Amino acid sequence: MRHVISVIVENKPGVLTRISALFSRRGFNIESLTVGHTENPKLSRMTIVVEGDTDILEQIEKQLYKLIDTLKVIDLPKDTSVNRELVLIKVIADKKNRSEIIQFTDIYRGKIVDVGENTLTIEITGDDGKLEAFISMMSKFGIKELVRTGKIALHRGEKTVM
Amino acid sequence: MKKINGARIILEGLKRQGVDTIFGYPGGKVIPLYNELYDFSGINHILTRHEQGAAHAADGYARVTGKVGVCVSTSGPGATNLVTGIMTAYMDSIPMVAITGQVATYEIGKDAFQESDITGITMPVTKHNYLVKDVKDLPRIIKEAFYIASTGRPGPVLIDIPSNIQQAEINFEEFEILHNEPIRLDSYNPNYEGHPKQIKSAIRMINQSKRPVILAGAGIIKSKASKEFIKFVERTNIPVGVTLLGLGSIPTAHDLCLGMLGMHGTYAANYSVFESDLVIAIGMRFDDRVTGNLETFAKNAKVIHIDIDPAEIGKNKKADIPIVGDVKRVLVKFLEKMPQREKTEWNETVTKWKNENPLVYKNSNEEIKPQYLIEKISELTNGEAIIVTDVGQHQMWTAQYYKFKNPDSHCTSGGAGTMGYALPAALGAKVGLPNKPVIAIVGDGGIQMTSQELMTLAHFNIPVKVVIVNNSYLGMVRQWQEIFYSNRYSQVDLEISPDFVKLAEAYSLKGVRIETPSELDEKLNDLLTSNEPVVIDVKVSKEENVLPMVPAGGDSHKMLGIKGEL
Repeated sequence: MRHVISVIVENKPGVLTRISALFSRRGFNIESLTVGHTENPKLSRMTIVVEGDTDILEQIEKQLYKLIDTLKVIDLPKDTSVNRELVLIKVIADKKNRSEIIQFTDIYRGKIVDVGENTLTIEITGDDGKLEAFISMMSKFGIKELVRTGKIALHRGEKTVM
Repeated sequence: MKKINGARIILEGLKRQGVDTIFGYPGGKVIPLYNELYDFSGINHILTRHEQGAAHAADGYARVTGKVGVCVSTSGPGATNLVTGIMTAYMDSIPMVAITGQVATYEIGKDAFQESDITGITMPVTKHNYLVKDVKDLPRIIKEAFYIASTGRPGPVLIDIPSNIQQAEINFEEFEILHNEPIRLDSYNPNYEGHPKQIKSAIRMINQSKRPVILAGAGIIKSKASKEFIKFVERTNIPVGVTLLGLGSIPTAHDLCLGMLGMHGTYAANYSVFESDLVIAIGMRFDDRVTGNLETFAKNAKVIHIDIDPAEIGKNKKADIPIVGDVKRVLVKFLEKMPQREKTEWNETVTKWKNENPLVYKNSNEEIKPQYLIEKISELTNGEAIIVTDVGQHQMWTAQYYKFKNPDSHCTSGGAGTMGYALPAALGAKVGLPNKPVIAIVGDGGIQMTSQELMTLAHFNIPVKVVIVNNSYLGMVRQWQEIFYSNRYSQVDLEISPDFVKLAEAYSLKGVRIETPSELDEKLNDLLTSNEPVVIDVKVSKEENVLPMVPAGGDSHKMLGIKGEL
């Protein structure tokens, strides 16, 4: 099963290495990892998407807590959290299909952020389903390059992690 | 205004943490530190002959004193030479602070001479580590390092200190202010108190069980809970299997003690676990050497697991009642509520297994059986010496045949299985407890890995007795090759080895060779009680096996060689 966990850590050099090295040496699978500082600049928040059953998730949480720099580890279940990812896609766009691509981008509430002679670069955010659908749509036109940020997530409602 | 430099801050910091002895080896990037040490009073420095020796010595020192062991090395190869010792300490949860020199901050990342990323290298084998980039952080970091190393589940902490940080100066008053700031680690809060509700349910579960067994681990010794533990055992009358590192938590000869668990454990210990309906695991982590095949280990038993480290709960074996806390405090709470439980039929059954299947070997008048040697050492020291073993057959024979009486009297590299550990760890132990007899029991393979530390024994006149259990083989590997690889003895023959008596003499130590049982009976006592370091090369029978044995990953109740023969 796929889990999205938020890890609040001290914003210090080397912490990212400590976290990611822990995952690799314990044999846990990271699907994606994003990191940036929080509303408190002394703290960073990592959003890690991991694959594993509840026993593995429990071990991941416990092992993360063993790191001195880890303050909090929270599992964010899909139904009680909002999660988003941003993708930039450079798609082949000639005169014939350019307007069609722009239409699709509008429907998916994406944004054209750059135009080349034969390409369009689109920015799009959303959850997995929406992004996958849009990417598969674009692949028909030919994707030249694609980059994803990895998922970030927050609790719904007033609940916070800290 | 009075100034203090980084190097002196380190020494002051150590002293204020109660450190009186450090083990180390100088080099380019710790010259500022050693320069301050030159006339610093209150810290005794033991110069080992290799950095690995310094790390193991700090480990042995920590194991027997319960204090934090400290080792020091220079950058690059000096630091990487510590790694085996740090990893050994990490696997066995030993409180240690390792201090390494580093190239100057402005050289870091430039592949400078003797530069190595030691914080990166030791990340997986330290509880925490630091690279100091500002001298003003040093007082805090030293305090934090000792705090982290010695609290919760203990472990090694490394502090990497660039040479220019050692040289940088601050005002002494500022140092005092920085030093006196309280430790603030928001993210580190070990849980010491077991949950009272869980303890209550555990007591209920114990009282409902018919065939309970206790698995006693190193956590009992580390939390200094041996007294409470024995009380608990006697209150509940539950038989006890002991892990390798738990030896000494209860006297081996105790009526309810079944001896060691696991791969080379006793029949009674392993079989009791297999037949049990409840295992009470105390300060142990269900290591694979204890459990063998996890699917069949304690298959029909419920599990109460007491440990200070929450991550150990459910890691290998699922716990029905987890109790996270310090073993001593948890046992005290148990004892407040636990009623006296009488012996039952189960005790009789287990005692029958114990009596019918004791550890056995065929003794001989011609050659010295290694088991006999250990029994002899046990007898002569009354089970009260500090025994430091290396890794391999002699380690297992010692665990089986030495009748440990006290906690903190057995040092061995259990988790890591580090050959070369015994000699340096024994010298550290002896420095820590100079009034206790310390015996290093080591194989002819292991001694050759760190034999340079014989020089340290001589240099500081540390009267450790080094007993080489010499079978001219890498015996444990040979045993596996015999049993599981149809006698294909690949690269295990150590017939060509140094003359250990001459080797001892080359280091200006006394060296003695013992080749027959009668010689052993005649000489051993005097050698073990003399007041000088001595190397005793004991020639033992070559192809003796450690039995009984559970094949790796096998079912722990299906043991080979229960009757002492394959």
